[in-house]
Amino acid sequence: MIVIIDYGVGNILNVKNGFERIGLKPILTDVPTVILQADLAILPGVGAFNAAMHQLKSRGLDKVIIQRANSSKPIVGICLGMQLLFESSLEHGKTKGLDLLKGTIVPFKTHLKVPHMGWNNLFHQKSDLVNQGLPKDAFVYFVHSYYLEGFDEADLVSYTEYDVKVPAIVRKRNVVGMQFHPEKSGEVGQQLLKNLKELVQ
Amino acid sequence: MLTIRIIPCLDVKNNMVVKGKKFKNIKTLADPVELAKKYRDSGADELVFYDISATHEGRDIFLDTVRNIAKNIDIPFTVGGGIRTINDFTNALFAGADKISVNSAAVKNPELINEAANKFGNQCVVLSLDVKTVGNQWKIYVNGGRKNTGLDAIQWAIEGVQRGAGELVINAIDEDGIQSGYAIDLMQAIANVVNVPIIASGGAGKLEHFKDILTGDYVDGALAASVFHYNMIEIPTLKAYLAKNNINVRRI
Repeated sequence: MIVIIDYGVGNILNVKNGFERIGLKPILTDVPTVILQADLAILPGVGAFNAAMHQLKSRGLDKVIIQRANSSKPIVGICLGMQLLFESSLEHGKTKGLDLLKGTIVPFKTHLKVPHMGWNNLFHQKSDLVNQGLPKDAFVYFVHSYYLEGFDEADLVSYTEYDVKVPAIVRKRNVVGMQFHPEKSGEVGQQLLKNLKELVQ
Repeated sequence: MLTIRIIPCLDVKNNMVVKGKKFKNIKTLADPVELAKKYRDSGADELVFYDISATHEGRDIFLDTVRNIAKNIDIPFTVGGGIRTINDFTNALFAGADKISVNSAAVKNPELINEAANKFGNQCVVLSLDVKTVGNQWKIYVNGGRKNTGLDAIQWAIEGVQRGAGELVINAIDEDGIQSGYAIDLMQAIANVVNVPIIASGGAGKLEHFKDILTGDYVDGALAASVFHYNMIEIPTLKAYLAKNNINVRRI
């Protein structure tokens, strides 16, 4: 069973639609026992970091996600959901994150346009279950104004370039993050969602 | 490297895509989901859907169309037309749109931009500008290009971005529907004063027009309708042509 953690931020229907297009039937839930028992849990998210953390905490879901991560069952953060997995973010002042992975979410400091919005290509730091089966030039859809810095190089799977090196896929054992939107990334995105399914043991 | 975006635009009424020059002889074309799928499969980077029904029932039907598109299409899409209130933003986003485009309502009530950006983030607020040359100035028009607001287009673009618009779609209405090329001067002038993505709209007629507007990195994408709907330009051909001309495109 795949669950999408529903904590009252933004539109999470698109993530559900994405999994349904590859033939899976994820359920949306905020029930701790369901989240803990699922084979695969997805933490989606759009909007601001502090607001999202506040929503998670007010539902007690921060502790549930940490408990799940410690139980070695796969948890995947998408877009803002990935950012929440890290120590902290500097969006609207410093906010503490779930602290499952090492690193800080910081604003882009670039002459390029912000948000980093559109299709950008992936470079692979290493070969991993989650970046298998992609074409040589794999483009995915990004929309974000903040990115991950100060991460553990060992956790980096794939990245893109936007003036700076922007982590795109991270993984530390059962904890996975994708900064872009796989559910909006065409064929490449479909392959990435299929790969996530493979995380289920 | 971030690619430029090729964006087909679909005007939708009663769950059908229509295209008529100046709305006079509106011609029914296709089922929006089917056409969207075709564009997605041929390599469109994004889609825009405008609700041109302008009635309450039309609005509800349109939201069903949006839900259906979100179920079937796995590339980003923007929804516009008839967005007046924060409620309209909420409804369209929760129906599955990635971005919401606002035009006349933002001119009437600029605070709507701030409100939407604060609630949903700048990245999903697109300010659409209908711009016409009046004398030696660019002016903002509303009501489908019929009414001059007197607003200066450059100033309005700056204000829109300051208020929280995360992207601008600049529609040059002098050029719209006549397929003589995009309004390069206008796009450059606006790109010089804002630091958010800019999508050029109005005037696409042949491959060269896309190359002309997308060379030089000041716009981020090109929007067009007729050339795609009437199969005058196929997206794979367009992208191959742009790539040959050293423009960074996403090939599928």
